[in-house]
Order: sequence, then structure tokens, then C-alpha cells
Amino acid sequence: MTAMTRPATARRPPSGTGVGMGVQVPERAREPEWLNAARRQAVAWVDANGFPSTKHEDWRYTKLDSVLALPLAASSGRGAEDGPGSVSSSDLPTPQLGVPRIVVVNGGMVPELSTLGTSLPGGVRVESMAGAVRRPEGRFQQLWTRRLGGYPHALRALNDAEALDAVVIDLPARTVVEDPIEVVFVSMPTGDARWSHPRLIVVAGARASATLVETYLSVAGAPSVTNALTQVELGTEAELVHYVLQGERTDSFHFSSLEGHLAEGSRLSSRLLATGGRIGRHEVDVVLAGEGSQVDLDGLFLTGAGQHHDNPVLVEHAAPGCTSRQLYKGVVTSDGHGVFNGHLVVRPGADGTDAVQVNKNLLLSERAEVDTRPRLEINADDVACSHGAAVGRLDPEALFYLRSRGVPEREARAVLVSGFAHEILERFGSGPIRRHAEELAAAAGLIVLDEDHCSSGAVTAGTVHPGRGGRAQ
Amino acid sequence: MLLIDDLHASIGDSEILHGVSLEVPDGEIHAVMGPNGSGKSTLAHVLAGRDPYEVTGGRVIYDGVDLLAMAPEERAAAGVFLAFQQPVEIPGVPTMYFLRTALNAQRRARGEEELGPVEFLALVDTKRRLVDMERALLDRAVNDGFSGGERKRNEILQMLILEPRLAVLDETDSGLDIDALRVVADGVTTLRGPDRSALLITHHQRLLEHLVPDRVHVLAGGRIVRSGGPDLAVELEAHGYATLDSPAVEPRTASAGTASIGTISTGTISTGTISTGTISTGTISTGTISTGTAR
Repeated sequence: MTAMTRPATARRPPSGTGVGMGVQVPERAREPEWLNAARRQAVAWVDANGFPSTKHEDWRYTKLDSVLALPLAASSGRGAEDGPGSVSSSDLPTPQLGVPRIVVVNGGMVPELSTLGTSLPGGVRVESMAGAVRRPEGRFQQLWTRRLGGYPHALRALNDAEALDAVVIDLPARTVVEDPIEVVFVSMPTGDARWSHPRLIVVAGARASATLVETYLSVAGAPSVTNALTQVELGTEAELVHYVLQGERTDSFHFSSLEGHLAEGSRLSSRLLATGGRIGRHEVDVVLAGEGSQVDLDGLFLTGAGQHHDNPVLVEHAAPGCTSRQLYKGVVTSDGHGVFNGHLVVRPGADGTDAVQVNKNLLLSERAEVDTRPRLEINADDVACSHGAAVGRLDPEALFYLRSRGVPEREARAVLVSGFAHEILERFGSGPIRRHAEELAAAAGLIVLDEDHCSSGAVTAGTVHPGRGGRAQ
Repeated sequence: MLLIDDLHASIGDSEILHGVSLEVPDGEIHAVMGPNGSGKSTLAHVLAGRDPYEVTGGRVIYDGVDLLAMAPEERAAAGVFLAFQQPVEIPGVPTMYFLRTALNAQRRARGEEELGPVEFLALVDTKRRLVDMERALLDRAVNDGFSGGERKRNEILQMLILEPRLAVLDETDSGLDIDALRVVADGVTTLRGPDRSALLITHHQRLLEHLVPDRVHVLAGGRIVRSGGPDLAVELEAHGYATLDSPAVEPRTASAGTASIGTISTGTISTGTISTGTISTGTISTGTISTGTAR
């Protein structure tokens, strides 16, 4: 299970958001022909369709110009074996949540930094593409190629074309993994090569259950571009609790997508905390394919100076009796820009759909901006769907209440902001995952409302003052 | 302790307090009573430093210093506490966290050591029993889903924990059942001492049956129109505010539904221009009252 590495390949700079982006087909001798064919197809898709511009409905608020101005070359995998300047264990979040922890640098799994352990229940496989691709049953091929040709946009295709490795987590039917499976993605540019295309594939058999934590970091050097794709396939009554902690550097670019396919009675809970990135875009794309399946999506984005956070969410109710919940909250300060672009689709025949979509945002400065678009598209009768969006400032009554009790204005504002964020953070449980999330939030300026009431009264929040500038549609 | 001298206060263009004067000496409990719209709540909010109220004249001296020059949090740290008539909900902020943040903020401001979690828990446990509050309630967000009575108990709990030198209770007794009323009265009595004072702002005499004040002041039309001993409250209860023999009380000419306001001090209201429930601009001959400013 050695990470496959390859030298960064020089490419022509992009010619604009049109055709002919100069993506070349990376032929890899060690890869099977079907994979090389799939990569060629993905590249052809990018060439034919180009990168999305703000004319695309789902990219209305996110401009890719600054990203595409960077060379398209992908950084090569560099782990512990590469010596000085490489990623070391001190760059990784502590404490380790449990076993296994998988460390992926520039899209390549680094065994030296990963601990797979022996404590996993029998049959559970965690491996890199090098291992998965050799398995005879063709499962990996099926997963990889499922969306071929049906890309929503070029970044998704680009991951297919360029992912130099993939982490594959295979949970056989009825296995229960108690410890969270932690995957840490590190982006570290090598020279002019800025991009990385991490890929994670999770397959859970019937009634399997697990917890998965994805952490995204960028270390040292020039701004990086992460273009990650996670595919989750849940079998009958399988259950996955999934967390994404996006804490990349604020000069980096982060794009990630979660594709979920849920069979009958299965359940996916996915929680996002986004604090990093000059652009941070986390896309969720879930199909409730089996009757009675359920998805809970929660997101908290803390968007500060110079940052842009985009949260496109597409939930498709394709079977009867499914439930979906979306609660996204944004805290936008300085000249930050937050976007919630939620799309809920109920397909014909998906009767008994129960769906709620909510987005709430707090604007803390005059220049802060939020665009929120909760959308429902209902093609079935007998459904219960609701949606709502709010953009507001801190409640002046609550602020005065705190001040009248002796809490200085700055601290009072920070407490109210934390109260607003608390509803999402408390869904990160009460263990080490919650603590990781709280540390990340604290680093972004949020004070943490300690449940033990043990936190000090210190305020770390930056300048916060009431503002306006929100747009709700 | 507290000297209010010819206090004038406005909200928007409307003057609500037209020169309030009263003095609360150390260790005394005073009641301010008055009809709806007399300016009682405005007085309470001005003392706590609430934003939209503008002081246009007079002064308030607390412990020898100019209270009006202080920010709300400075007043609190100096020992002034306002029990709200309508305590605010703060979603997401656990009550315990709120209490500890408030107490430690005040202690920091006074140069005192912050209270650690263990001491704090012990303190809260003692005080919450005095107001008959379940511990579980304190783990919930501040006033989030609390009943009216629970909110008022929460106000009194905060008062007992923060131990103010001057407690201002803004109609804390309104809407309370007899048990909760006793909690409020006991709370104030617990704090009572030669160095602490209280100002009870109330519409009814009910609270004063449990908590006998040293002085009673009657606020009407934005002025103190009478002051007296505890008997004055009894007299008011028997005869109502209407019998008050005072030139300061304005005739309430506005028809039902227009909200009773203490701000129409001169002039007449032109007929037919005020629709029920709303006050539109320019219809009152003395000036402009925009919707939402009247209470």
C-alpha cells in the first residue's frame, strides 16, 4: 500500500472558462486500461464543457478566475519519506481521534503517517487505490466509473482525471466500527504545482455502521488548491456519521464534494465546519435512492476577511418515505461573503417525503455579505417540505441584556455569536471530534461555550460590529 | 445611594419623562407606582442605560458618581441591577454559562478574582434553591422556552448571584402567581441590608403586601406626582390612579386602541386621523410620532 507518486506535469495555462483547458491525459503505466480510459473521458468532458462561470446556476456567486490563474499542475505526493520540507506528524491535528487514521498528502495516501491498526472488525478494509484496483470483483471500477460522463461541473471531472490515489474504505455487511475513522487531507504545494485531487470512497454494506471524519489542512508554501471528492455508498439500513472539518489556510482554495447514494432504510448524517480557504466550497450531492432512507446535513461556516464560503447542497428524494434535514448557519464578518445554495428535489413517486431546509446567517459587519437561495422542486403529492432562510444581525435586546449584567460589549457580542453557532457545534457530539471542531472554530475567532462552564471569560473574537448588506432571495 | 434629579428622557421626538426627581437613601426600599404609560419602564431603562432612550435633561447620581455617563456594563459592575419586565431569550447560550460570564465579568471589572467552576457551581446551587429553580433549567439556553414565571425567577436568581447594591425591578411582579411573587419578595428581602437599596417599579400593590417599602412614589405623566409612606400604596389600591389629585396627570384623550402614551403633553389630537392600533405620522398636532414608538 505505497502511495503512488508521480512528478508534477507542466501544463499550458488555462485559456479562459471555455473549451480547451489544456488538461492532459495522465497515462499511468501501473493503472488498468479501464482507468486510463475513464481519465481520458473525464479530460474530454472538461475540454468540451470548460470550467463553470458565474453564468452557471450553481456557480453564480463563486468566481473561479483567481483559481484558474494558477497553473493547473497537480502537486506530487510528499510524505514522510521525502525528507525535509515534507509533511510530518507534527503538522497533523492532535490528539488522533482513534484508529485508524489515514493521512493523505496532496491526494496520495502516506502509509508512514497513517495508522491502520489491527483493531478494525473483521472484513473491514481501508486501503489505497493501488490495493483496491487489484481486487478481482470489479467493485472499485464500478464505483469509480458510476458518474462518468454525468459530471455537474469540471472540478468533479478533474478529480476523476487527476486523482493520483484514492482511499477506499470498505465496510462489509453488519460490521460496526466503533472508533471514528479519521482521514486527514493535507495540501502542500510543490513548486508551481498547486493542485491536489484527493479522493475518498466509502462503501457500507447492509446494516454496517461507522463514523468518518475528514479534516482538511494546508501547510507551508504557496497557496494550494484542493479539489476533493468523497463518494459514499450506503447499503440497506447502513449508517454513516460523517464530519468535514475544513481548516485550510485562508490564502488557499478549497473545493470538496460529498456524493452520497443511500439505499433503503440507510442513514447519512454529515456535518460541516468550514473556517478556511480564500474560497471554500463544500458541495453536497445526496440521492435518497431507497425507500425510507434519511439524510441529516448540518453546516457551519465562519467567514472572515477576504474569504468566500459557498455551500451548494443538492438533496434528491428519489424514493418514497425518505427524510431529509438541512440546517446551515453562517457567521460572516469583515468583507467575508457566505453563500447557501440549497436545492431540494422530490422526484415523481417519492410520496411521503419529509424534508426541511433551513439556512440562517449572521452578518457582523457593514461589508459582510450573504446570499442565500433555498430552493424546493416538488414533483410528488403527499409531501411535507418546508424551507426558510434568514439573514440578520445580533439581537440588540439580547446584547443589552448581557451588557446590563456586566458583560462588556465586545464580549457580549462574542457570546451571542457563539450562541448562534452552538446549535451546529453541539451536533459534533461531546468527544474528541467536538473538541477538534471547537479548536478550529476558536482559531477562526469564535469563543466556545463550554458545556462544563469551565472556559475562561477571555474573548478571542475579532472586531465585531453590527452591519448590514445581506441579500435574501 | 441614588439621586434622580429633574430627569428628562425621550425616545425619538417624544419626551416621556418630564422631570423626575426622587432619592433612595442607603438601605431603603422604594416603590415607584403608576398607571400604564406613565413612564415607569422608561425610568427603569434609563437607569440601566438602554440605547433608544435619550436623556435630555437632569442628572442621576449613584454613589456620588454620574450614573448616566457610564456604559450599561459599567453600571452593572458598579452594582446596579435591572430585573427586566420581559427577560430576553438568548438561544444557544446555556444559562449557567451566561451567569458565570456575567459574574466573572463584574468581578474582573472590580479587580476581583474570577470565580472558578467549582465555587461557582456551589454558589449557583445555593441561590437557585432560594428561588426554587431546577438545576436542569439552568443547563438550557437563557430563557429559551422558559415560562413567564421561570423567566422572572431567573431574573431574581441573577440578582441573588450578582448581589447588586441597587436593584431596580421593572414590573417583575406582573403576571406572577402567588408563589412566584413570594420568590421575588424573598429575593429582595434576602439582599436587604444597610448598604443595599432597591427600587420596585410596579403597577399593583400586590408585591408591596409581601415587601413593605420605606417610601412610595407615584409616577404619572412622566413626573413624580406624590410621595408617601407605605400607606400610599394601600390608598392607591383602594381608589385607583384616577383619583390622584395632580395637575401633572394628563387627560388621556386618545381613543381605545391608540395605545396610552405619556407623551402627548400638549395640544389636541385631530379627529379621525388615528386609526385603531396605529399612530401615523403627522396626525398629532404637537409633532410627529412614528409607529412603534408608543407603548
